[in-house]
Amino acid sequence: MKRLLTGNEAVARGAYEAGVTVASAYPGTPSTEILENIAKYKEIYSEWAPNEKVALEVAIGASIAGARSIAAMKHVGVNVAADPLFTFAYTGVNGGCILITADDPGMHSSQNEQDNRYYAKSAKLVMLEPSDSQEAKDFVKLGYEISEKFDVPILLRLTTRICHSKTLVELEERHEVGIKEYNKNIAKYVATPANGRVLHVKLEEKLKKLEEYSNNTPINKVEFNDKSIGIITSGVAYQYAKEVFGDNASYLKLGMTFPLPKQKIREFAKQVDKLYVIEELEPYLETEIKAMGIDIIGKELIPNIGELNPDIIREALLGEKKEIIEMNSEKIVSRPPTMCAGCPHRGLFYVLSKKKNVVITGDIGCYTLGSAPPLETMDTCICMGASVSAGHGFSKAFEVNGKEAKVFGVIGDSTFFHSGITGLIDIVYNKGNAATIILDNRITGMTGHQENPGTGYTLMGEVTEQIDLVKICEAIGVKHIEVINPLDLKETEKAIDKAINTDEPVVIITKWPCVLKKSPKEEIEEYGLDQRKICTVESDKCKQCKLCLKVGCPAISFEEGIGAIIDDTMCVGCDVCLQVCPFNAIVKVGE
Amino acid sequence: MSETKNILLVGVGGQGIILASKVLSKGLVDAGFDVKMSEVHGMAQRGGSVTTQVRYGEKVYSPIIGKGQADILVAFEKMEAMRWIEYLKPNGKLVINNYSIPSVPVLTGQVKYPENIIEELKEKVDTTVIDAANAARELGNIRTQNIIMLGALVKALNITEVNWEEAIKETVKEKYIDINLKAFKRGMELV
Repeated sequence: MKRLLTGNEAVARGAYEAGVTVASAYPGTPSTEILENIAKYKEIYSEWAPNEKVALEVAIGASIAGARSIAAMKHVGVNVAADPLFTFAYTGVNGGCILITADDPGMHSSQNEQDNRYYAKSAKLVMLEPSDSQEAKDFVKLGYEISEKFDVPILLRLTTRICHSKTLVELEERHEVGIKEYNKNIAKYVATPANGRVLHVKLEEKLKKLEEYSNNTPINKVEFNDKSIGIITSGVAYQYAKEVFGDNASYLKLGMTFPLPKQKIREFAKQVDKLYVIEELEPYLETEIKAMGIDIIGKELIPNIGELNPDIIREALLGEKKEIIEMNSEKIVSRPPTMCAGCPHRGLFYVLSKKKNVVITGDIGCYTLGSAPPLETMDTCICMGASVSAGHGFSKAFEVNGKEAKVFGVIGDSTFFHSGITGLIDIVYNKGNAATIILDNRITGMTGHQENPGTGYTLMGEVTEQIDLVKICEAIGVKHIEVINPLDLKETEKAIDKAINTDEPVVIITKWPCVLKKSPKEEIEEYGLDQRKICTVESDKCKQCKLCLKVGCPAISFEEGIGAIIDDTMCVGCDVCLQVCPFNAIVKVGE
Repeated sequence: MSETKNILLVGVGGQGIILASKVLSKGLVDAGFDVKMSEVHGMAQRGGSVTTQVRYGEKVYSPIIGKGQADILVAFEKMEAMRWIEYLKPNGKLVINNYSIPSVPVLTGQVKYPENIIEELKEKVDTTVIDAANAARELGNIRTQNIIMLGALVKALNITEVNWEEAIKETVKEKYIDINLKAFKRGMELV
């Protein structure tokens, strides 16, 4: 039976069919749906880990125990998991193990566009690169075979276009592989220097055999057509190359890109007149092939910035451009993402935006949108967890250099569990005075509502212990902890002012559920979500001061001569605008 | 089988574009085509623009459509039609919903929502204007705009090989099947 599946769904299906029994991940676009779909298979234990390092370590442990396991993350997540990854390549596996890296060329929702093919080379890991959903599923299954045959972990690289495109996939049955026997093996699994030195030699031997495998595997595939042009390519770039050249070129399509099939590449190069490498982002293949002494054209024509597409290839290699309909593009207004109407982060950022002499170090999540107009309440955003630790660095630099400004690190609940917690430990331990604001919206918002250690549910839907943020902060040694309702501007302002005037570590937890969250009954009752009444503008009282527009709510618009207007289909009655209006022109409907 | 057909649906998060694309793709797959569908919805839940691209034919390679290559552009929101028009073939068809959703820079008064969008587009390309919001209200559910637009798309592109009723039944929630079947038919009538 053929079905249309995204690459992420196909990976999940591949894990199911391959007999995987343990899966762990931290959500991150474009990888999130892999675990969400694996969790639908009851045969697989699946979980959200607090971060990517933990997710990979869980998969490593399960693999050594004898189970086929999988860890999934976005490209920047692999940076977090890189420490165990490099050593895992040395120890090898017991049950097969695959790490998925979902790269984001074009930065659809990421802070950089790193090319994780370099991780394979650097950590000495077998790398597979599917070019559609069918291959995504097939390569997962093949990956487990390679992993167990050669005793190595596998890095499987997807990109946003593979993750989020649906293509046809043939479904097959699950093949139960059970759990391999575990035998204690200190020389293999305890990476002390003495063992590591031996393991490194073994790994290099494995890589030689894997190169031989790479030369012979059918997933490194030659397609001969017109031999005047030869194209070496991998991943979705293969589809783009086929789209542009069709049968007018010959292809070496690489499904396994580390170790590279050098012999196959040499043979292919000999048989074609002109050789191109078509690859997305960095010249990974190009550099390797040039180092083999083969003349090849690549990045001098195809950019290493942004997502690749057939248009770019067509124009770069053939000089062809499609005729397009021209419009006056100046007329087209941007449509940036924004915090939703009723978002609990809005109140906090509004209060912070009014404060002079503060620095806000930001983090990765919905609240990064606090950096956008009209609030523009953010000075930095580097990576997950950096709000707290970079905030500490900021305040220490100010302290040493005699500058007086309060630093606030803003971080979400899931992100705090991910890597904010260590930054907070640093602040307390090293006598810092940066304030930490944990924006606890009771869910992982940005990636589409995944459970996290603070929500009380697991990925598999089981009720579990809720990790208590207040108690954690107390245990770390924070003396000043406040839990506030961020939609109450007075309460929020009081907490912020208190923090500004305190020279010790402060934690403010802004606690209110994400407006898009499907709250359970208890939560609806706890926060009175069903009692809320939406707001409206009494236009005779509106003085057209536009102050309400400063909160940046998508439900509020303004018409000259009339004043502010609140869209009744979008407003949820969060009341932030009502508190901001100095003329009491905003009222509750029905009051 | 002729060459690959390219369909581009554009609009704003929350308009039901992904669901309409699912029905479309499901129908095309069941009719035996090779289909690829690509979604671009990075942070769309937060008011950003959403597009889905559907390509079908005997054999489809790229999951994305290039500039000047869509056979049809279906715009669920007026300004999004302008944003994506360069992806349409110069002799392609535009089906546009006469409906506007102001973005945040418009709401906060920084910029003006563009005027005369439909008039300008009509000058350049074969344009069919659909009042899907009113049609949906008449049907009793404003949220059926997406399936009305899908019906319009199918009629405009004259895709006859597909059992659309089946595709709708298998994709939408059971209690919404009837209204969506009506919406689909209404959309076909509007072209």
